[in-house]
Amino acid sequence: MTATPTTRSDALAAERSGSPTESSAAPPSAPRRRLRRQRDPDVAAHGGPIWTLVAWIVTLFFFAPVAWMVLTSFHSEADAATNPPSLFAPLTGANYDLLFSRGIRPFLINSATAAIISTLLVLALAVPAAYALSIKPVEKWTDVMFFFLSTKFLPAIAALLPIYLIVKDIGMLDNIWSLVILYTAMNLPIALWMMQSFLAEVPKEILEAAEVDGAGLLRVLWNVVVPVAMPGLAATALICFIFSWNEFMFAVNLTATRSATAPVFLVGFITNEGLFLARLCAAATLVSLPVLIAGFAAQDKLVRGLSLGAVK
Amino acid sequence: MAVTTTAPSRGTAPGAATSSRLPAAARWARRAPLLPALIFTIIVTQVPFIATLIISSLQWNVLRPGERHFVGLSNYGTVFTDKRLRAAVVNTITLTASVVLISLVLGLLLAILLDRRFPGRGLARTLLIAPFLVMPVAAALLWKHALYNPTYGLLNGVLNWIWQLFGADTGPSVDWISSTPMPAVVAALVWQWTPFMMLILLAGLQAQPSDVLEAARVDGAGALKTFRFITLPHLRQYLELSVLLGSIYIVQTFDAVFTITQGGPGTATTNLPYEIYLTMFRKYEYGEAAAAGVVVVVGTIIVATFALRVVSSLFREEARR
Repeated sequence: MTATPTTRSDALAAERSGSPTESSAAPPSAPRRRLRRQRDPDVAAHGGPIWTLVAWIVTLFFFAPVAWMVLTSFHSEADAATNPPSLFAPLTGANYDLLFSRGIRPFLINSATAAIISTLLVLALAVPAAYALSIKPVEKWTDVMFFFLSTKFLPAIAALLPIYLIVKDIGMLDNIWSLVILYTAMNLPIALWMMQSFLAEVPKEILEAAEVDGAGLLRVLWNVVVPVAMPGLAATALICFIFSWNEFMFAVNLTATRSATAPVFLVGFITNEGLFLARLCAAATLVSLPVLIAGFAAQDKLVRGLSLGAVK
Repeated sequence: MAVTTTAPSRGTAPGAATSSRLPAAARWARRAPLLPALIFTIIVTQVPFIATLIISSLQWNVLRPGERHFVGLSNYGTVFTDKRLRAAVVNTITLTASVVLISLVLGLLLAILLDRRFPGRGLARTLLIAPFLVMPVAAALLWKHALYNPTYGLLNGVLNWIWQLFGADTGPSVDWISSTPMPAVVAALVWQWTPFMMLILLAGLQAQPSDVLEAARVDGAGALKTFRFITLPHLRQYLELSVLLGSIYIVQTFDAVFTITQGGPGTATTNLPYEIYLTMFRKYEYGEAAAAGVVVVVGTIIVATFALRVVSSLFREEARR
C-alpha cells in the first residue's frame, strides 16, 4: 500500500509523456524503444484528426453514463426527474449529506473492513506461497499454480449453499469475518498468480548474495524480495481490494443489519426509499469512488492483474 | 514480448531441477511457505463442494423439516427435466455469449482507436476504464433507473430531446426493461466489460513487433491487409484469453440480473446463478439447488479445461522464446 504513490506517479509521468499505454506494456528494451519511436509518427500519419475525433466521441459515449451519474448526484430530485434531462440545473451537495444522515457510514466501514483485512490476509498467504512457486520452486510447481487457478473457475454460486449452512451452523451469519475469509479465498488465486509473475522478476544474484550472508526465509522475504517486488505487491493489493469491495453475492446472502456492506446498502436503499434518482446517483457515486480512485491509480498494472499476470 | 510468464524459465533454473533430489527435510522447507495458502484454499474452496455433492443427494426442503433423507440421483433428474432450469441454461448461454462477443468486438475497436497517438490519449484511456471500475451493483442500478426508466431515464430523455429538436411534441416513451429485458441486461453488462476486453487487446496491439509492421508498410501492404494478415494472427492468443477470462466471470453474473430484472419478466432473464439462488432462498429446495450447483460446476470444468489449455499455451509460448 505504501508504494501506491510510486504507481500513481508512474501513471502521471506516463500521462504527461502522452503514452500511458506504453507503461502497461513490458518495459521495452533500448532497441525496442527505438523501433517504437520509428513506428509511432508513421501510425499517427495514417490516422489524422478524423480518427482522433472518432476516438474521443466513442470515449465520451462510453463515459457518458458515469458522467451522468456524477452530475445527477449533484442535482436536486426535481431537476433529476425532468424529461428532457436538465443538464445545467444548479448543483447541490444535499444528496450526499442525506446519505450520511441516513446512515451509509457503517456500511462503508464494513466494506472497508472486509476489503482491507481480506487484502492483507491474501498478501500474507500469497507472498510466501508465490516465493515457493517462483524463487525457490517446489517440485511440480506448475500443477500447484493450476490447482489454485482452477478454484477461481468454480462458480461461487455452487458453493453458496454449503457456505451459508456452515456459516449459519457456527453462528457466523451477519459477521464481517465470514466475508473476510470468503474474500480471502476468492482473491488468493489472483494474488498468487500475480505475485508469482512479479517475484519471478526478482534478480537471482541479489537472492544468492542474501543467502550467502546466511539470511533466513523471513529476512530474505522482508529485506530482499519485498522491496524489489513492492510495485507488484501494491498492484496486487489494489486488485484484491477492488474485487472485495465490489463483491455482492456473498454479502447480500450472508449479512443482515450489523455487517452489511456498501453494495447491500445500495440495493436496500432503493427498496426502502422508493425511487429518488439524485439520491441513488449520489449513493452509487460514493460507493464506487474508492475503486475508481484505486483503479485509476493502478491503471498501468490493471491489465496484468486482470489477466492473472499473463499479459504485461 | 507482452505476453510473458517468466515462470517457465524458472522451471529450468538450477534450483528447480535439483529440488526433487533434495533430502526430505529440505524439500519440506521449500514447501513450508506454500502450505498456509494451500491448506486455506483447500478448506475454504473444496470442502463446500464436497458438502454440495452430499446435499445434492438429499431430499431437503427447509419448509418441510424432518423430511430430510437420501434420494440418490433423483435431484439430478429434477434438474434435467425442470423447465425453469432449462430456460436458465439457455439464458445463461445467450447472456454470456452475447456479452462476451459484443464487448470483445467493441473492445477490439476501442483498442485499435487507442493504439495510435492522439491528443489526450492517456485521459481517454482513463475515462474508458471507468465503466469497469464502477461497482457492478451501482452500475446495474444506474442503468435500471437513470438510463432505462421510461419516464425520466436518460435514454428516453435523449430521444425526447431529439424528437423535440425536430418539432415533435414528445419523443417515444419506451419501457426498455419490460419490452427488451435480455438486451437491457446485455447492454449494461457489455458497457461494464468492454473496457476489460479493450485493456487486454490494447496490450496485445502494443506488443506487436514494430519491425514486422514496418516491413509490411515497406512492402506496400494497406492498413486493412496489415490488420488481416499480421495484426489479427498476432492478436489471436490475446483474443482467446479475453474470451475465456470474460466467459468465466460473465457466466457467474448475479448482480446485474438480481438488480435490473430479478430474472423476469417470467424467466426471460433468469440465468443459472440467479435460478440457483431462487431455488435456495425462495423455494428452499436445498437438495435441488445443490444438484443444479453440481451441474454448473461440471459445465464450468468442461469450459475451464479449454481455458487452462489456452493459459498453458501462453506459458509454452514464452518458454520457447
